[in-house]
Amino acid sequence: MREVAVIGVGLTKFGELWDKSFRQLIAEAGSKAILDSGIEGKDIDAMYIGSMSSGRFVGQEHIGALVADASGFSHLHIPATRVEGACASGGLAVREGFLSIASGMNDIVVVGGIEKMNDVAGATATETLAMAADQEWEAFFGATFPGLYAMIAMKHMHDYGTTREQLAQVAVKNHKNGALNPYAQYQHEITVEQVLKAAPVAYPLGLFDCSPVTDGAASIVLCALDKAKKYTDKPVKIIASGQASDTLALHTRRDICTLDATVYAAKMAYKQANIAVKDIDLAEVHDCFTIAEICAIEDLGFVKKGEGGKAVENKITTLDGSLPVNTSGGLKSKGHPVGATGVAQIVEITQQLKGEAGKRQVKDAKIGLTHNVGGSGATCVIHILEAD
Amino acid sequence: MKDIGIVSYGANIPRLRIKIDEIASVWGKNGETISKGLGINEKSVPAVDQDTATISVESARAALSRCKINPKEIGAIYIGSESHPYAVKPTGTIVGEAIGATPDLMVADYEFACKAGTAAIQTCTALVKSEMIKYGLAIGADTSQAAPGDALEFSASAGGAAFIIGKEDVIATINHTLSYTTDTPDFWRRAERKYPSHGGRFTGEPAYFKHITNCATNLMNKMGTKPKDYNYAIFHQPNGKFPVSVSKKLGFTYDQIKQGLIVPFIGNTYSGASMVGLASVLDVAKPGDRIFLTSYGSGAGSDSFDITVTDKIKNLARNKAPTIAQMVENKQYIDYGTYAKITDLLYWE
Repeated sequence: MREVAVIGVGLTKFGELWDKSFRQLIAEAGSKAILDSGIEGKDIDAMYIGSMSSGRFVGQEHIGALVADASGFSHLHIPATRVEGACASGGLAVREGFLSIASGMNDIVVVGGIEKMNDVAGATATETLAMAADQEWEAFFGATFPGLYAMIAMKHMHDYGTTREQLAQVAVKNHKNGALNPYAQYQHEITVEQVLKAAPVAYPLGLFDCSPVTDGAASIVLCALDKAKKYTDKPVKIIASGQASDTLALHTRRDICTLDATVYAAKMAYKQANIAVKDIDLAEVHDCFTIAEICAIEDLGFVKKGEGGKAVENKITTLDGSLPVNTSGGLKSKGHPVGATGVAQIVEITQQLKGEAGKRQVKDAKIGLTHNVGGSGATCVIHILEAD
Repeated sequence: MKDIGIVSYGANIPRLRIKIDEIASVWGKNGETISKGLGINEKSVPAVDQDTATISVESARAALSRCKINPKEIGAIYIGSESHPYAVKPTGTIVGEAIGATPDLMVADYEFACKAGTAAIQTCTALVKSEMIKYGLAIGADTSQAAPGDALEFSASAGGAAFIIGKEDVIATINHTLSYTTDTPDFWRRAERKYPSHGGRFTGEPAYFKHITNCATNLMNKMGTKPKDYNYAIFHQPNGKFPVSVSKKLGFTYDQIKQGLIVPFIGNTYSGASMVGLASVLDVAKPGDRIFLTSYGSGAGSDSFDITVTDKIKNLARNKAPTIAQMVENKQYIDYGTYAKITDLLYWE
């Protein structure tokens, strides 16, 4: 396998972007990444685009070709492919790009992720997102994602004594980080009291335990490491790409408090990278709900099962903690344009490893991990990046 | 536009009220949280025999009772509403007949969501300026609709105000008015539909805030004024939060908008909203007071007005009709069942 590096990143502002269209967003993120990398259109061997449900959100499918076209590359006839895996679509697109270079098929690949979710009403957005659950066994009976994650949270509270305050502290921490990120949807801090008093969504989850509905796009340029020095002095290597799947429905899992897809994808990634958990300096994890971050840090092996809540309470995962998690603000504060999230996580880790994360820079960051989940845990994709 | 302006004014707010708490309890929601979130405590409800026509007639009569104008001298009536009783057949003719202004009269009903009433003021001002009419009557009134269970049900209310525009005995000169209009579908009601639809959060930043901010700024730039030059400011008030927030953004203080902020007590009277606010300011205004008003109508657009109160306001018999404060206080509470009955929620085919 050839080694692969990130040589350029691009991000749009995340938020309610009423005055920007789907194609404007992806073109903006893509052109920023391409400019950052220094490549030209003719250098691109392939494009991969992650998007969960562009058809339902903006009435547009067939977005592989659309993205190449919107980027001004139609005359180059670049192979462009859309990848879908619910909220893990972006991470999967990164993995496809990675594999295509690692295999020797391609040298330079542009990966994008996008979702424009605010063009439909809130109820339609919830219904669309619920399609990532098991339609026959969950969504059909009225289950929504807040409802499914609320069940995970209830069980976690029951089994391990996790508290609502600990859940709230995840949101508080991520908002504190998001306040330092000029691309974040919410750039303000919140308090535990605000989280606890927010309107209930699905007990024990309130409004501030949930990631928002977001418009946004992210893009990266991947390059074979042996060719990367031509474009940058600071390539960031992708030293592992792990992926795993699990039952689509939550109720058929071995243990609903453990996302086995995360456990298996992590095992695969750590082995590939040949590192131990203690080698990781920071991580971007999939905090679609506050409980999801607690499960994630447990399932990734950062802490023992059941100790995620305590770890958050003990501030292990804050910006100045021993293992900073979601320095970007995470899905909660940075925003969660589902298809873009997995790519945006790579953008954050790349910037951190290059020392370009501004006010939220983690000191001496060498190795970072991204963790992107689809549905309630049926798909998980993990990447580990290292400064060259 | 010197010396053209408001000659008299009147308003009407139905006395029935329903508390936000009462509506919330029916839908299993927390009334206190919703009241706090919307900045509305209760809303007015039209009784079975009240509609946009009766509210318009009452408002027009209140305006006439405060001045000595012969209704026959009113040359135009324009009524802005999104709840005209008839889809085809004007409300304006009913009002014209009721106040004795027919038949030498221009009439048309206006619709531009919540700003059709201020558009009527603009039309009347232009007709007076061109000397096509002596007096024009501009009305904004609504018995606004909200689907049961929809977020709008907590705010959609009933009320209106009427303004007689002329150039003799002007109590408040309209120094200038301008508009800001785009095609922005944030809120609408399709033909033959009973209840309106809205774009959720889209109704905020790209709709209400964008249009009001731009329109207000354009007028102040044109007039060379700053927020501090005004004694009072009124902004469209779909809830209690938006006008407070937009006024702060523009640089107005809460003290400047307080007198014209009526929505916390009666809800959103749609086409009547900013005009009831203006009536409330005129209830207390003194000669020399300068008033800034910006309405907003979904779809979308804003009308801004720069107004100066004249000495003539002292001659207006303001006590001949109830003030907004008096109408706000004159109330009778009803429960949700009564509300459902009289607002036609309980219907079958």
